[in-house]
Amino acid sequence: MTDDDTTDRGNIIEFVSLSAGGQGFCVEITSIREIRRWSQVTALPFSEDSVLGVMNLRGAVIPIVDLAGRLGLGTTEIGSRNIVVVVAIGSRIMGLLVDSVSEILSVNSETIRPNPTLRRDGGTSHVTGLLPVEDVMLRVLDLSALFANEGEEAA
Amino acid sequence: MSNDSLRETFFAECEELVEHLTEGLDALASGEWDSETIHAIFRAVHSIKGASGAFGYSDLVTFTHAYETVLDLIRSDALDITPEILRLITRASDALAVLVDTTRQEGAASLDPVRDLIAELDSTAKAVSADAPPEPDFVFAPVTLLPIEVPGDADDTPAGADAAADAGLVISFKPLASFYVNGHEPQRFLGALAELGDLSVRCDSQSVPPLDAFDFDGAYLTWHLRLLGVADADAVNDIFAFAAGLCDLEIRPVGAGEDLTDWSVAPPAAEPDTPADTLPGPDISPAVTPSPNVSAAPVPAASPAPATEKSPPAPRGANKAANPIQTTLRVDPERVDRLINSVGELIINHAVISQKLESCGVGNDSEIMAALDDYRYLAREIQEGVMSIRAQPVKTLFQRMGRVVREAADATGKPVNFISEGETTEIDKTILERLADPLTHMLRNSVDHGLESAEKRRAAGKPELGKVRLTAAHRSGNVVIEVADDGAGLDRERILAKALDKGLVLPDAKLTEAEIDNLLFAPGFSTADSITNLSGRGVGMDVVKTTIASLGGKVGISSVHGQGSTFTISLPLTLAVLDGMVIGVGEETMVLPLASVVETVRPNRSDIHEIGSGERVLSVRGAYVPVVDLAKTFGMHSAGSLKRDRSYVLLDAGGASIAVAVDSIQDQRQVVIKSLEGNYGAVNGIAAATILGDGKIALIIDSEALVELVSPRRKNRPLIELEA
Repeated sequence: MTDDDTTDRGNIIEFVSLSAGGQGFCVEITSIREIRRWSQVTALPFSEDSVLGVMNLRGAVIPIVDLAGRLGLGTTEIGSRNIVVVVAIGSRIMGLLVDSVSEILSVNSETIRPNPTLRRDGGTSHVTGLLPVEDVMLRVLDLSALFANEGEEAA
Repeated sequence: MSNDSLRETFFAECEELVEHLTEGLDALASGEWDSETIHAIFRAVHSIKGASGAFGYSDLVTFTHAYETVLDLIRSDALDITPEILRLITRASDALAVLVDTTRQEGAASLDPVRDLIAELDSTAKAVSADAPPEPDFVFAPVTLLPIEVPGDADDTPAGADAAADAGLVISFKPLASFYVNGHEPQRFLGALAELGDLSVRCDSQSVPPLDAFDFDGAYLTWHLRLLGVADADAVNDIFAFAAGLCDLEIRPVGAGEDLTDWSVAPPAAEPDTPADTLPGPDISPAVTPSPNVSAAPVPAASPAPATEKSPPAPRGANKAANPIQTTLRVDPERVDRLINSVGELIINHAVISQKLESCGVGNDSEIMAALDDYRYLAREIQEGVMSIRAQPVKTLFQRMGRVVREAADATGKPVNFISEGETTEIDKTILERLADPLTHMLRNSVDHGLESAEKRRAAGKPELGKVRLTAAHRSGNVVIEVADDGAGLDRERILAKALDKGLVLPDAKLTEAEIDNLLFAPGFSTADSITNLSGRGVGMDVVKTTIASLGGKVGISSVHGQGSTFTISLPLTLAVLDGMVIGVGEETMVLPLASVVETVRPNRSDIHEIGSGERVLSVRGAYVPVVDLAKTFGMHSAGSLKRDRSYVLLDAGGASIAVAVDSIQDQRQVVIKSLEGNYGAVNGIAAATILGDGKIALIIDSEALVELVSPRRKNRPLIELEA
């Protein structure tokens, strides 16, 4: 399911490119369950600002997170044109609110450049690599790193 | 089906059988039983024995055999159910459950712990057969169930005149079509018989039709067997136990003067016109034919003889009785979860359709609306049905716990009265399964540490018989399970001393009673001065606490010196249904668990009193109840300001009352609980979520947590810790 598999299969990785907070990102397609329009959510008390609330996804209650907010890129202005990308992180399912989703990219893993920025605390960054596509650069997002602590904090 | 999954099925069945066994024994103990109860008990043990043999679990076979022998004597009225016997067979049932469990986990079980028990069972059985004169008449009295065989029996009994050195059995074995459908192989059975003694086999193929009339799925062959050197038909019956109901089996002793060459010809002659597949006929013909031979049956066969005649009805009884006994269906829980979700969607879908129709101007009295009502009714019914699959009563678990307590009582020599209540309380199956270990531990603790010895109890003026009570109940959206004993209560001084000793607390720490009690849950804490077999291995309550916490639950202790301790486990019902009151809070809709709602009030302005800044109390019939503004507590926008007339819901939770100010009260209904923890995490003050008719999510409020949230002084822990 993860990197090992994909690298074994001729180093081709498929990404979905999306934009949030004015920046271009891409997420491995294997972690994406579906893409849907924004619909009203039910707010959760005592939640982080980036957690917009919970949504009913065919009977499952999934939290919806503003990706831009989570990344510290400000708050996404919510409108009917926003897109929710439903992702699976480990056993958890959640929705990410993004500005738009553009395309599916098949890229050779060798074209991904490492993220040269270093974190002062030595921790792993949630941007694991940079992917140049035509004249733009997409940030390869590691969702499990981004949401590593989610779910434990409130417990 | 792989061997592994077969084995899984075997153990699952064993569990069910042990359950039947326990139920039967409980009935015996309560005195409400009849012969069918005894039969059911016997069958349960017998079936375990049969199946264990098939899987090569010889230890289980050995044990069940000894057990079964005693049960068989009871079944045939040769042994009275005295309290001693009842205790013996109850202990055996407990031991059997443990053996099955060990075998499941470790692939084999040692008989060492039960050697004494086996010896006891054996000697009980021997004592009976020694002093009981051959009483065939009484023994096979139940046989009269089968009128056809009565004449045969009647002939039998006076028969056994002369002794026969060459005891033997003549067996007619005619598999039915279902025998083959179930994957049985006649050769296996013949092989097993050959191990018992000298076996001659003749196959009767007379009934095989010409090829054009041949049904490939049909059963045409009859085996005529003669087994020399075996007088005990039970051994043969055991071999055929698996094929009970799947074949026609006739066993009779070899007649003394019987012509050994011609022995098998007579019965088949009657067969060609009785196609075995459908008719029970074959039973009759051999039964009649052998009777002249039987008249010469040998004396020692007197006891086998009744057994022989009795055995055919046994499987038959088994078939008949199998119906009233509750059988279960094993389904992958994920399939049920999918169903639950789909049904939830169905109900929401109904709401959507009905809203759309209304907006099209379809009147409520139109036919389509009436049909839609039926739709809703059916959907609700399906929903209830599906939900009830996932939830299971705690009964099975409690029965198992009864065994644990009995074992613990035996091991410690303390007389214990185990009381279980609320056995019909339903919990999600997953939770139920994972509760077994912590509960076992807690109950052992209660017996081992909680209850005093009989002498001490007497000295304290208590009845010698200690009480351990296990209860389950639904309380404000949780399942609450309590383990209570009427022992000495927690010895706080000793706990504190031990904790100091182990460096769990600082010497100058001032601890409240509750804090001392909670030290029990500290890792590595064990108060037992001597390590007993039962508990006190140092992995104690902390493991219990961790397990319960991993199920999203909490454990608490309350203890009164000299009167006992109560451990309370409170668990969420992840997939259960909750009776809720649907309320409007600001722009959101929320659900209050109806269990904690006392009443709703619309008070006069003068009933609300401000205290200091922002704090308010509501006076209800002379009592002052703190007011909680839900919208404010949960940081939501309130649609109406405080000036507007609002409704108040009085909640009673965790021993305290609060008045919850809400913007509207919309409905009372059953809601499906959807856990937030799987995808998000626990939220303070919120128990779970549910999906409303319009597809929107409403949060279900945790009344007890809400009480704690708004009056943190009531809690030992500071509020910050909760959110950290």
